[in-house]
Amino acid sequence: MFAQFLQFLFSGLTIGATYALAALGFSIIYNASNVINFAQGEFIMLGGMLAVYFTNSGLPMPLALALAVLLPALAGLLMARLTIEPIKGAETVTLIIVTIGASLVIRGLIQVWLGKGSHGLPAFSGEKPIRLFGATLMPQSLWVLGVSALLVLVLWYFFNRTIAGKAMLATSFNRVAAELVGINSGWVLFMSFALSAGIGALGGILVTPITLTSFDAGIMFGLKGFVAAVVGGLGNGLGAVVGGLLVGVIEAFGAGYLSSAYKDAIPFVLILFILFFMPRGLFGVKVTDRV
Amino acid sequence: MMKSRYLGLYAVAAIIVVLPLLLPNSFYLDLVIRMGINAVIVLGLNLLIGFAGQISMGHAGFIGIGAFASAILPTHFGWHPLAALLAGAAAAGLLAAFVARPIFRLQGHYLAMATLGLGIIINIILRNEAKYTGGPDGMPVPAFTLFGMTVDSDRQWYWIVSAILVVSVWASINLMNSPFGRALRALHGSEVAAQVVGVNVIRYKVTIFVMSAVFASIMGSITAHYVGFVSPALADFGHSIELITMVVVGGMASVFGSLVGAVLLTALPQALATFEGWETVAFGVILIVCMIFMPRGLVPTLAARFGGKRQ
Repeated sequence: MFAQFLQFLFSGLTIGATYALAALGFSIIYNASNVINFAQGEFIMLGGMLAVYFTNSGLPMPLALALAVLLPALAGLLMARLTIEPIKGAETVTLIIVTIGASLVIRGLIQVWLGKGSHGLPAFSGEKPIRLFGATLMPQSLWVLGVSALLVLVLWYFFNRTIAGKAMLATSFNRVAAELVGINSGWVLFMSFALSAGIGALGGILVTPITLTSFDAGIMFGLKGFVAAVVGGLGNGLGAVVGGLLVGVIEAFGAGYLSSAYKDAIPFVLILFILFFMPRGLFGVKVTDRV
Repeated sequence: MMKSRYLGLYAVAAIIVVLPLLLPNSFYLDLVIRMGINAVIVLGLNLLIGFAGQISMGHAGFIGIGAFASAILPTHFGWHPLAALLAGAAAAGLLAAFVARPIFRLQGHYLAMATLGLGIIINIILRNEAKYTGGPDGMPVPAFTLFGMTVDSDRQWYWIVSAILVVSVWASINLMNSPFGRALRALHGSEVAAQVVGVNVIRYKVTIFVMSAVFASIMGSITAHYVGFVSPALADFGHSIELITMVVVGGMASVFGSLVGAVLLTALPQALATFEGWETVAFGVILIVCMIFMPRGLVPTLAARFGGKRQ
């Protein structure tokens, strides 16, 4: 009984960590530019697919993984430069549609280049399960959780203790004021996309040994990451992490105790309930409309 | 203005009458019918996105409700196809009304999230309830009968879809020039300002959402009977995106833009069929380029450029 509970909790936290990274990506970009980046899921997919491609083409593991983070970050930068910057300040609908366009381009290119098959990666440190109170924990889950936690700490340090990070935060609070004190808001936009894409890609790499990946794997990851970001209150970094873990855990419990067939529906049922009853997310603040 | 209001409608009717004479074979007839079906759905969606400024990212879900009502009710419960179509439309309308109230207190991104979630849930239900829906593989749909006659030739479908399209265009034009349409445009411009002059913002948004859901459901039923087969892919996220693309490319808040968008983007996959996979890339590039260079869409941009006085 307890073992089963623990088992669901482990798998929920593992997948939830990936959602949390995706949600962080959504929040960072939202703060920098007010854009909901529907291509966020594609960066998760890019990380996984590129890691598979580079390791299969014989590159040493560390180099392959580094490339699989850097290239998506570059893709994020390109995306910001080519699609978001030209229409800065456009309507919500327009911005959403442009990012959907970008996601189709990325997904389509990967489909053409690497095909439609599913791919996996070998686990980073073996497949030997760890026994814990009757439940089993795969070493890869520890990688996912550990690296995600480390990344959250690094991001916290970046945004609170470095000039570059503070500049990005300042821009999210008030762009005009930030520009007045000399912050280059264009640079902030590019950085936010590169950073979010890199974070997403890293999440995609870590989780690939567990869930496999394919050209269309980014759709669900992205949408659930968006759910997590909204659960935590859009733009709230801590909320994104909590939201991601929460969505992962609820999904795992729902799949385990209620119905595994409806696993993918659970985050969306959850978000509808939250939006109905707490329209600003769990940690969102009330905002007033300006005419 | 009053005179020219229906000029476009007459043009559409004329094209519809002449078109069957020009189509070389049944492949093109089939393509034109699917363009017509999409055009009606896009018209409804454009009322919501273009005129009222509210995004729905789960509209394919409503198409799925109509399509599967028309497949399931006659097959499993012996309903008359017309009754099944109406039941589907009523179900889609009720569901839309039920979720719309809480949803439309939300704005922008949250609205996108809620409609997206709704669409995905519908799609997952259709995939999982295999006992009734046939699961991911879908199920066959019995033929449509009207007044004891079975509708089974493409020609008949052509005229049925054409009639629905003409009526929809006529209704959309009138709706947009009615107090209702002006209220919608007002709330798109500024919700608070619209509220101040007495527009019941939530009620208008709910009404237009329900209407576009009903449009989508009816056309879902028509698609089901016309194709003779339904699958949950009809209701998936990708299909919702395709419909939004049609609205955006043709022209937001433009009745004839909706038609142009539906025609172009229904034809596009055919044109790209030989380039396996590039279809998705092309869709993406078109969306981006359109939004950057013609944010108002093809028809309004061209109309403005060539000195048309239409808004």
